[in-house]
Amino acid sequence: MTAALLAEQLLNGAQLGVLLFLIAAGLTLVFGVMDFVNVAHGSLYMLGAYFAVTLVGRTGSFPLGVALAVAATVVVAVTVERLLLRHLYRRSHLEQVLGTFGLVMIANEAVRIVWGPAGLTLAPPHALAGQVSLPFGIEYPAYRLILLVAGVAVAVLLAGFGRTRAGMRIRAAATDATTLQALGVNVGALATGVFALGAALAGLAGGLAAPIVSVKVGMGESILILTFVVIVVGGVGSVRGAFLAALAVGLIDTLGRAYLPDVLRHVTNDAAASALGPAISAVLIYVAMAALLAARPQGLFTRGQ
Amino acid sequence: MSRIAIVAALLGLLAVAGPLAIWGGQPYLAFVLTRLMLLAVAGVGLNLVLGYCGLASFGHAAFIGVGAYVAAIAATEAFTGSVWADLAAATAAGAIAAAMVGAISLRTRGIAFILITLAFGQMAYYAAISLERYGGDDGMRIPAAALPADLTLYGLAFALLAVALFVSHQIVHSPYGTILQGAAANERRMTALGIPVGRYRLAAYAVSGALCGAAGALQAVHDGYVSPGLMAWPRSAELVAMVLVGGAATTSGPLLGALAFTALDEVLSGWTDHWRIAFGVLLVAAALIGRGGLAAFVAGRRE
Amino acid sequence: MNARARIGLIVLVVIAVAMGWNLGRQGKIEGIAIGFVSTFSGGSAAIGQDMKDAFELALDGMGRKMGGQVITVVYEDDAQDPAVGLQKTQRLVQQEHAKFVTGFIWSNVLLASAPAAVDNNVFLVSANAGPAELAGAQCKANFFSTSWQNDQTPMAMGDVLNRTGVKNLYVLAPNYAAGKNMITGLQRGFKGTVVATDLTQFPEQLDFSAELAKIRAANPEAVWVFFPGNYGTQFFTQYAAAGLLGKIPLYSTFSIDALNLQQIGPLVTGSRFTQSWAADLDNPANAKFVADFRAKFGRTPSFYAAQAYDSALLIRSAVEAVKGDVTNMDAVRAALRKAAFPSVRGGFKFGQNHLPIQNFYLNEVVKGTDGKFASKVVETVYRDNVDPYAGDCPMHW
Repeated sequence: MTAALLAEQLLNGAQLGVLLFLIAAGLTLVFGVMDFVNVAHGSLYMLGAYFAVTLVGRTGSFPLGVALAVAATVVVAVTVERLLLRHLYRRSHLEQVLGTFGLVMIANEAVRIVWGPAGLTLAPPHALAGQVSLPFGIEYPAYRLILLVAGVAVAVLLAGFGRTRAGMRIRAAATDATTLQALGVNVGALATGVFALGAALAGLAGGLAAPIVSVKVGMGESILILTFVVIVVGGVGSVRGAFLAALAVGLIDTLGRAYLPDVLRHVTNDAAASALGPAISAVLIYVAMAALLAARPQGLFTRGQ
Repeated sequence: MSRIAIVAALLGLLAVAGPLAIWGGQPYLAFVLTRLMLLAVAGVGLNLVLGYCGLASFGHAAFIGVGAYVAAIAATEAFTGSVWADLAAATAAGAIAAAMVGAISLRTRGIAFILITLAFGQMAYYAAISLERYGGDDGMRIPAAALPADLTLYGLAFALLAVALFVSHQIVHSPYGTILQGAAANERRMTALGIPVGRYRLAAYAVSGALCGAAGALQAVHDGYVSPGLMAWPRSAELVAMVLVGGAATTSGPLLGALAFTALDEVLSGWTDHWRIAFGVLLVAAALIGRGGLAAFVAGRRE
Repeated sequence: MNARARIGLIVLVVIAVAMGWNLGRQGKIEGIAIGFVSTFSGGSAAIGQDMKDAFELALDGMGRKMGGQVITVVYEDDAQDPAVGLQKTQRLVQQEHAKFVTGFIWSNVLLASAPAAVDNNVFLVSANAGPAELAGAQCKANFFSTSWQNDQTPMAMGDVLNRTGVKNLYVLAPNYAAGKNMITGLQRGFKGTVVATDLTQFPEQLDFSAELAKIRAANPEAVWVFFPGNYGTQFFTQYAAAGLLGKIPLYSTFSIDALNLQQIGPLVTGSRFTQSWAADLDNPANAKFVADFRAKFGRTPSFYAAQAYDSALLIRSAVEAVKGDVTNMDAVRAALRKAAFPSVRGGFKFGQNHLPIQNFYLNEVVKGTDGKFASKVVETVYRDNVDPYAGDCPMHW
């Protein structure tokens, strides 16, 4: 358990956290502004990944392919929002969950019909396929480092966007949409805009994650739960909260897997420790969230209602 | 009256259909109907919390799983040697598990409640996976000797469903039920009236867990097998969808939902491998049309 | 329409649908019904599809008849869920009156479903899953397998590692029953030191970066993994991205198959794995199977497909032996036990527990001249290997 290994594991945790943040940022905005629980947000992430595999293959360029994948995801998302989802905005959270849960099923089967049932892979861009030497003798995959940088850049851009006029309107809509409408702002168009932004971020996350994860049907659901954990812990509607919560979740997950079995080995025998380690690290996040919500139901970064 | 009539008609149909199917050489129909009734019992349990208290619990599969595992372990280890004692133990375990989860979860509202119940469900799921002695993620088989006959099981499931519907109906139409529904509409007002809303809800949550535990226990002896998959979160989500499609906060809703889901599963999955698309479309349609679910449609008006 | 009328209508519709559905199902039965339970939805649907394609190919090859009887195959999706698998098996046995049920990718689905068939006078032929229970103490007269017992394939890999001279090994598998079985199997064969065993989260782990960092820090002589299907795709991709490819030799079991080989080929070229069947096994039955499969579906069959193909041939051999009269269970069982069919493995025989006694081969991933990736048999690791649980089975014949 050397310092260099710990540093590398911290980097791994941060990188997983940043990936979660990209998905969570869009979800928390949609939730915060429209009071809309979109369970199908994970499907947008999946679509982004599948589009990226196809479009990077067609164009032969990784950045261009991912950019087109983001655009394609936004087109799909906005179409669905215009046709279906806007009718659910004024419904109860439960009916929103029901409807978008149905969309998840449709999206999964549609992807299976279009791309086939086998998982796909996407090679990282050639220049980033190798490793970078970092201090402490860490050899880190270049692509993961770029992913980390890209995620932080998006966080900074979103923070900057919050200070623009459009950003202020979005935050105003999150606080009181009715008053904003009365002031002459087209809240319907604003909602579509926010939804498109969220879809773009989810599509981007899918495209960027494709070279790391296996691109497969149902990849959206496993990550969706973690994403919801992130936005509730961070406080619904808070992008800053989502960023910090995502980092926390990424670090807890990674460090749990890296060190829990070793820690448990001091308490119990070898076989039990290596079996219990992953089981406990898998629930660690849920335990942490349950404890936090029991103490602070409104999440870390929003004030109580 | 009409809603009671729906329930009575469906129960009457179920009372006749099972024995006829078994005697008439259609054991699979009885198998499906037994599962349908147990699904409905769990739905009635969830509906108490989801429908009448307005609390979206996404961890109810865990209580089904707790009941199933308690029954399976008790039957395998032959602690008591009596199916009745095992079922009682499983029901109690469901209630206790729900009370423990409720005591913490009920401090939260809205989306936080959804996620905290989901988190407890996931904890139960991973706990079951770690039960090496009882098969881990492979699950465990219950010795065939410990299992009652088809007709007995059908009768038990039917009786449990009837009791569940009766208990739920009595609770909802009691002053206690009125308070629960009042708190769902306006919690602050009920609290202002000096009513300990939290404790009332906790009691409802425990009853809900007991019904799910009982359903899980019967499901375990019915299948002769339990596995951690019973507690996985998609099961909880399906249960919620079932109650909503059937009609939340109605007596007949969970039963109609279970009927619809079972029928769709049996019919659609026979047609195409891509049946989940049709299922998804139906859920979207249910959410868009929504408002009272199948129960409202069958009764011809909203309650 | 008033409320009462609606109730009446609904009730009538329900009854009518239920009856029509039942009668419709019963009317279809002619000849012999065979049930096929596999995964046709979700992330593992590719495996189920490959098995189904092979089974259909075998049936077409026999004119969809066995012993003069028309064969009806009913495919059911188990959704990779034991409870669903049980329900579908029950349906096949009670509703479709299947005489044989086959398929079954997953051990847990098989364990849940098997009694519904084998305790009700229906033969179950597993075309993949091979849990220790059904091979050992709980072996069943009506249960047969055309695959293997879980321990055997990794055990062969362990022996290969010994001979390669690997002294210390880093082991990774998902934290579920099959994963742990595979590790047990490996350690039956491998005599060196296991430096560390990492069990990863099941059913899903997003990222292996933590484990890969530990592997690099431990710097073992070799790494062995069991990551079936899509897990394999993800692991091999990340292994390469972490720069471990080519530095630490990677061995695997049930992680590289024809379904993911073209995707991960560049990352696993030269990598070695064990298997009881290979596409390039040199025997007439296999040559015909692989050629026909490629001609019909345009891809190389996986080992799942080969085992499903064998299960069709095994069932036919028994039905032909009894001249289509499958009512005499003892006669059918005696015929099944002979395994008198041209297996794509070049022939095998059944042990006392009804699991194959067969060879295990070491394979290596190579890049063909056509640019496609393939596996090549390097050597025969075991000849006529009996699984380690066979001795616990009380059945004798």
